[in-house]
Amino acid sequence: MGLVSWLIAVPFLTMLGVVATPANRSHWIRWISAVGCGIQLALTALLTWRYWIVASADFEAMNTATLTQLHFVERVPWFESLGIQYFVGVDGISVAMVILTSIIIFTGVLASWYVDIRTKEFFSLLLLLVTGVFGVFLSFDLFLFFMFYELAVLPMYLLIGVWGTGPKEYSAMKLTLMLLAGSAFVLVGFFALYHASGLHTFDLQQLAQADYPRALQRWVFPMIFVGFGVIGALYPLHTWSPDGHSSAPTAVSMLHAGVLMKLGGYGALRIAVYLLPEGAKMWGLFFMALATINILYGSFGAIMQRDLKYFTAYSSVSHCGFVLFGVAALNIMAFKGAVLQMFSHGIMTGLFFGLIGMVYGRTHTRIIPEMGGLGKVMPWLATSFYIAGLASLGLPGLSGFVAETHVFLGGFFGNEWASPWATGTLTLIATMSIVVTAVYVLRGLALVFQGPITNEHFEHLDDAKLPERLSTGLLLATLFFVGLMPWFFIQLTESSLMPLLNRLHEVPVVASLH
Amino acid sequence: MEHGFVIAHAWLIPALPLVSFALVGLFIRPLSARWAGIVATSSIGLAAALAYTLAWEYWTLFPAGQHAESLVPWSMEWLRYKEGLVVNIGVLVDPISIVLMVVVTTVSGLVHLYSIGYMHGETGYGRYFTYLNLFTFSMLGLVVAPNIVQMYVCWELVGVSSFLLIGFYYDRPSAVAASKKAFIVTRFADLGFMVGVLVLGYWGYGLFETVAPALATEPGALPLQPFDFRYLNSPEFLAAFGSIPAFFGLSLLSVAMLLVYTGAAGKSAMFPLHIWLPDAMEGPTPVSALIHAATMVVAGVYLTARLFPAFAASEDALLAVAYIGGFTSLFAAVIALTQDDIKRVLAFSTLSQLGYMMMALGVSQMAESLGYTASMFHLFTHAFFKALLFLGAGAVIHAVHTNDIWQMGGLARKMPITHLTFLVATLAISGIWPFAGFFSKDEILAAALHGHFTVLFYVALFVAGLTAFYMFRIYFVTFWGAHRAHGAEHAHEAPLVMTLPLMILGVLSAVAGFVPFGQYVHMGEHVEHGGIDFAVALPATLAALAGIGLSAFFYATASERAAKAARFFGRAYRVVKQKFYVDELYLFVTKQIIFHLIARPIAWFDRHVVDGGVNLSGWSIRTLGSESSRLQTGQVQTYGLWFAGGSVVLLFLIWAVHV
Repeated sequence: MGLVSWLIAVPFLTMLGVVATPANRSHWIRWISAVGCGIQLALTALLTWRYWIVASADFEAMNTATLTQLHFVERVPWFESLGIQYFVGVDGISVAMVILTSIIIFTGVLASWYVDIRTKEFFSLLLLLVTGVFGVFLSFDLFLFFMFYELAVLPMYLLIGVWGTGPKEYSAMKLTLMLLAGSAFVLVGFFALYHASGLHTFDLQQLAQADYPRALQRWVFPMIFVGFGVIGALYPLHTWSPDGHSSAPTAVSMLHAGVLMKLGGYGALRIAVYLLPEGAKMWGLFFMALATINILYGSFGAIMQRDLKYFTAYSSVSHCGFVLFGVAALNIMAFKGAVLQMFSHGIMTGLFFGLIGMVYGRTHTRIIPEMGGLGKVMPWLATSFYIAGLASLGLPGLSGFVAETHVFLGGFFGNEWASPWATGTLTLIATMSIVVTAVYVLRGLALVFQGPITNEHFEHLDDAKLPERLSTGLLLATLFFVGLMPWFFIQLTESSLMPLLNRLHEVPVVASLH
Repeated sequence: MEHGFVIAHAWLIPALPLVSFALVGLFIRPLSARWAGIVATSSIGLAAALAYTLAWEYWTLFPAGQHAESLVPWSMEWLRYKEGLVVNIGVLVDPISIVLMVVVTTVSGLVHLYSIGYMHGETGYGRYFTYLNLFTFSMLGLVVAPNIVQMYVCWELVGVSSFLLIGFYYDRPSAVAASKKAFIVTRFADLGFMVGVLVLGYWGYGLFETVAPALATEPGALPLQPFDFRYLNSPEFLAAFGSIPAFFGLSLLSVAMLLVYTGAAGKSAMFPLHIWLPDAMEGPTPVSALIHAATMVVAGVYLTARLFPAFAASEDALLAVAYIGGFTSLFAAVIALTQDDIKRVLAFSTLSQLGYMMMALGVSQMAESLGYTASMFHLFTHAFFKALLFLGAGAVIHAVHTNDIWQMGGLARKMPITHLTFLVATLAISGIWPFAGFFSKDEILAAALHGHFTVLFYVALFVAGLTAFYMFRIYFVTFWGAHRAHGAEHAHEAPLVMTLPLMILGVLSAVAGFVPFGQYVHMGEHVEHGGIDFAVALPATLAALAGIGLSAFFYATASERAAKAARFFGRAYRVVKQKFYVDELYLFVTKQIIFHLIARPIAWFDRHVVDGGVNLSGWSIRTLGSESSRLQTGQVQTYGLWFAGGSVVLLFLIWAVHV
């Protein structure tokens, strides 16, 4: 069993370990989860290091390639008659996403340290979910991909429905149904590709070498893009997100906003754009326009929110818009920006939701006007909140700046298949969000943390404890790392994104065949 | 070329405050607040010493009056957007960056020192010095930026340090509101800057292949990039870029420069983006001296000067710079006449002086660059006397515990050092020979006159008179006459750690004007020969003396004259005192339009229409299900009826199709 399979196995084995532990030993359960995720983090570091060494050789070669170079590939036939196989491996994009997921689940477990209702079930579902997420990022067989994708979505229903707050049954149901509707679209798209390629395989690399007629691409591309768009919060299919996030328990919000929403952008890029370049050219501008709405709409929506979680959820709608905007802008800067934004937003929003959980655990309210002056009693949490907020408004030195300028430059440079006036105008509209974001971030945070303490009960609240400091500290360090040393992630992902771009520029040979 | 040690290691100048920021913020602050202040202050002191040595080495290399090259002794690749579009971070050493480094490190060092006394015993003492270090690092990074992206990066960082310091007293709602306002207004302006960078990046990249080969690369430096100032300012690029039309008869170059200028105007608080600066006075007074008077607010002027060749290539953009600058200087000076808060008077005075600097840039040209020199000269002298005024005001506020000048009075005897240094600074800003302001203001006026901007010349002359009037107004009211309130009676002189910076700045404000500035800072080969232009100096001095005289008439002795004058102007006086209601206009736009007409409807739309659609689809499916479940009655007769009916319909359909 290779390194990549271990990355899927470790969370799964950890889950089995949790399941095997007696339910009343909740302390053991926490420690098993934390140790498992710690091992996962170490494995991720190993993977990154080994990938860097192995892949450096073909960073240059990728500039002209049209097939992405996978490493540490493992292939086992599964349902041979249908051409389904267990096919896992990594390229630069997967490595980036795996790093993100490992960090988020580790900090998520730390943030759930004080969950005491059905601890065992909670942690086993959480670990099952994250197994699915790792599986999605690592598999290169569409069937396997889809299986892991569903594995990641379904535990969410129980996690929100059982451990959530507020109208949790409603939110859980809405979230699950909407995401499943999205996956139905994706599944139909996959079957269409399977059928149209005539190759009798779900192997992504082989499917990428097939020729799909333009007529097919015209309807399959939007189908897959919209299907993934649901989980990527594409306007107007984003409404599961505010309710879902606000009802979910802390770690679930972190994982969901931090990682699960990234599956949308990842799928759109990795599958829709990679397999259907002609479709991407036809629909790029349309989805750029929708993403522009996302960006501004989400940030204006956030201004008026009174609940911290709704506030962050709308902010996520805006920030995920940058991901889809980048994917749809179809050039290398925009693609890089999309991946960087996935990573950056994942860490940032994980931090946001983690912090909201910590604050809520103390104040027992998330309503912004009911708080005030908390900075005085919880300086660590306030400082972390402000840093996350500054990252989300794109302050240089933090990760958001790097991602957003990539996306803006990418959008402004545009592509050859869309009118430069259109892409330029959309980009200019999208840039306005940097002001609106500043308005809602500073306004919201000032109401919560600054000013005099409004409620006397708040006078005696304590600041972050050690596990909390550990998890926020790790996330903060990541934000700074990406912001100050952007070249690492740029180098890591750029070489894997070039093939996607080169496919767009390939002369289509399809016409001659049909 | 072999450089001296300090030139080769010029990166140390911004690096020292950065290291100190990290050390103090992470390790020293939690252990000992006292040491936080000491470490922070000494790091800036060291940086200042390096900056002076740098200046000395540089002007040894390129003696005064000769052509001065710009050097990039250190740079590294930071952000690779794509092949051929790379951002390098680096250190640019040229005359204006050296002048700014000297100003920033000097004023910052003195403000750090002063703050040790001023902030003594405050909660958050260590945090304060952390922020000050962060600011100083960002400002120095901005000053040495060799490309527009590094400039933007540090630009945002000074913005955030300013935000943190204005909101330093975070439990005070007015300070919180002021810090938000400052950040958001400048952020709004930065949107223009950012779009300008996008435009320059796009066209800079597009034209690079044809233009860049004509530019010689420096030995040992990283390859030239489209974002580099050296490329953006090159005549080759400007000729190619300036010939592309945009709209309304503006060239694309003009559009790009106007966008960049929006950012500059926001930071330097030009009308109508000035509204954040007076409110920024909520921060601790030494912060106002450093950030909101001497250094950060001149970043806009510096950016305009840094891109001066590009501005000069666009007549429209340069005209905008000149007239907005001139208007701001008049507008702010008029408001300053009526304010009662000593810091606010100084804030409006800063606006007015920044307007001068911008105007000076606007009236100059590549061939006739007296204004460029004058602008930088005024930036240099203004930094010293304005910092001194603020620190003096700080000492006064520290002693009497109020900002209101009408609660002060008679402090000349109680605080002799503060009084004397404040007087020196007041004379300097009023433009009285031989104090520093006289020389630099003289040059600005001369530049306007010789550039044939007659209207602006008379405006500037009038503003010189107004400046002398309102500055002596606060001087007389604060230091002369009788004690008007309890606080003033018990005032006493500040400790040495505070008065020492005052004395140093006092000396600088007195003598800085004698620096032969034009010899060192000039555009291209064109060297300005200093010296007093009597056609300008005479009317300017007369205007200043008139201002002082009038001020003495109204305020030197306790009298009803000022109140009578205010009553005489009636409504006009009230409009000015309310700062022309610009703040109210902004409040209307943000509250009524953005919040109530955009954000609230969007939030409603999302919950009720978009989400309503989702709920509607859920509801309709449920309803369909529950309605159709009624069909399942359990009665065999009903099923039989449906079966028979359905069969008949089916048979009919088959028959219909076949016929």
